[in-house]
Amino acid sequence: MLSVWLPIKTIWWREIIRFVRQRSRLLSAIAQPLIFWILIGSGLSASFKPPSTSLENSSYEQAYTEYFYPGIVVLVLLFTAIFATISVVNERREGFLQNVLVAPVPRWSIVLGQTLGGITLALLQGVLLLGIAPLIGIKVGLISLLTTCGVMILIAFGLTNLGLLIAWRMDSTQGFHAIMNLILIPIWLLSGAFFPLAGVPNWLAWVMKLNPVTYGLAAFRHSLYLDSHITFDELPTMIISIIVCSVFSLLTYTGAVLTASTQQI
Amino acid sequence: MKKQIVVERLTHNYDTRCALDNINFNVASGEVFCLLGPNGSGKTTLFKILSTCISPTSGNVKILGFNLNTQKRAIRKLIGVVFQNPGLDIKLTVNENLRHQGHLYGINGQNLNNRILELLDRFEIADRKNDIVETLSGGLKRRVDLAKALLHKPSVLILDEPSTGLDIGVRSQLSQHLRELATQENIPILLTTHLLDEAEGCNRVGILDKGRLVAIGTPDQLKSEISGDVVIIESGECETLRNAIQDRYHVQVVAADNNLRIETVNAHEFVREVVTAYPTMIEAARFGKPTLADVFIKMTGKTFD
Repeated sequence: MLSVWLPIKTIWWREIIRFVRQRSRLLSAIAQPLIFWILIGSGLSASFKPPSTSLENSSYEQAYTEYFYPGIVVLVLLFTAIFATISVVNERREGFLQNVLVAPVPRWSIVLGQTLGGITLALLQGVLLLGIAPLIGIKVGLISLLTTCGVMILIAFGLTNLGLLIAWRMDSTQGFHAIMNLILIPIWLLSGAFFPLAGVPNWLAWVMKLNPVTYGLAAFRHSLYLDSHITFDELPTMIISIIVCSVFSLLTYTGAVLTASTQQI
Repeated sequence: MKKQIVVERLTHNYDTRCALDNINFNVASGEVFCLLGPNGSGKTTLFKILSTCISPTSGNVKILGFNLNTQKRAIRKLIGVVFQNPGLDIKLTVNENLRHQGHLYGINGQNLNNRILELLDRFEIADRKNDIVETLSGGLKRRVDLAKALLHKPSVLILDEPSTGLDIGVRSQLSQHLRELATQENIPILLTTHLLDEAEGCNRVGILDKGRLVAIGTPDQLKSEISGDVVIIESGECETLRNAIQDRYHVQVVAADNNLRIETVNAHEFVREVVTAYPTMIEAARFGKPTLADVFIKMTGKTFD
């Protein structure tokens, strides 16, 4: 067993050390979403029509900054996953990863090590951002905190593997950036992070319903408000959200492992 | 001596382009074997196949008795690989890079500490142990890379153009290190290069050109294929002079890059005669013992660039 876990541990730990030594990564993964939040949140506040939420059978109206906040946390998770996986593109051709690929280590464990690295970094930054929640009036108790962490781990697992699935196929970081703008940012935009499902045209509603990140964000909203007893009537239920997120995570992990196994150096 | 790397009828195609064509050779324990060839000759493809990065289109490769097509995992445990671009994480320290490498091969604890100290000592990098790799010079990075490849005590060492980016002094040090390693550890070492001086320092050399292995042997054996000396004549009228010399002396003259190249036994007399006969057409003439570059020209009819 040692021979399998030791490489996973070492690949995971390397991601953490690299992150600590590249402080700009922390800044870019957190600062950009925060600026979005402050600027867009303030700008759209006046014209925002909040979705239906209820607090113990009475209605509860969210301000846009509050509505947008969970979306910003998920954006931080997405950025972390992207930054953690983009190095694969270069390192496969020169650098550390070349040696990992000719070591007697199965590809599934390489991908798992990288994923655990991405999850750890995403969770650290996610928890850091949760510190803002009380400032905007969201009460985060222990149950809420633990559930939210669990949900963030699940979302980060899926997003990191989606990043890896793309990065393992890419020959250049430019290509990765193109895919990021074309796929990763839109799936975040259309997850209910930016605007609610209610009131959008029918075709867009379908796109949003088919988007797995919608379910990640729904699970996040549910868990964040567990201690406040606020429920979101228009969102997919917690159970369905967790199931979709788990299936998405499994599929992307399998895809990433298959891609890593078939890619030649 | 036992043949530890055996390559038979190896062919590799990229789509329709043939990168390696029916390659056969072997490498024994304690031997430094070099694949010499210009850019695009197929060296790196061959390196990638032997280091288990890619699978060949056809042919048999056995490393330490294991079949490369079916027993990659077993081979990976036993080979040490050095890539053209150092396989180091530049954000990590020397020590951290070595530790991570150890973990990938299941080495841990005191065992790993001892092995790291041994290698830091051997490559004289103990004082740089805690330095971040990106602060090291190219030569030092290469030493760390080599230490990393040897960490798990591989039974075969495979290197792709290890001298890339190193100046000539560091290059000859590296060659010496590799020769010592091959004899001390009694392991086969295979390296690729496009540098003639590096190939001269190896026990045996295989010359690659356009995916074919055109010659194989010790540097001395290869050079002895050329009888006598090699005369090089620089001329602005290569074609005319070539025809003239060929007609008059009945020798084979190879023209390349404004140079004429002739193999002959009595070089000093030959040079005197030619310079006297065609004084206006010759800009410079010299002769010397054949080098591996001459062997390459003889085998392929073109210069080694």
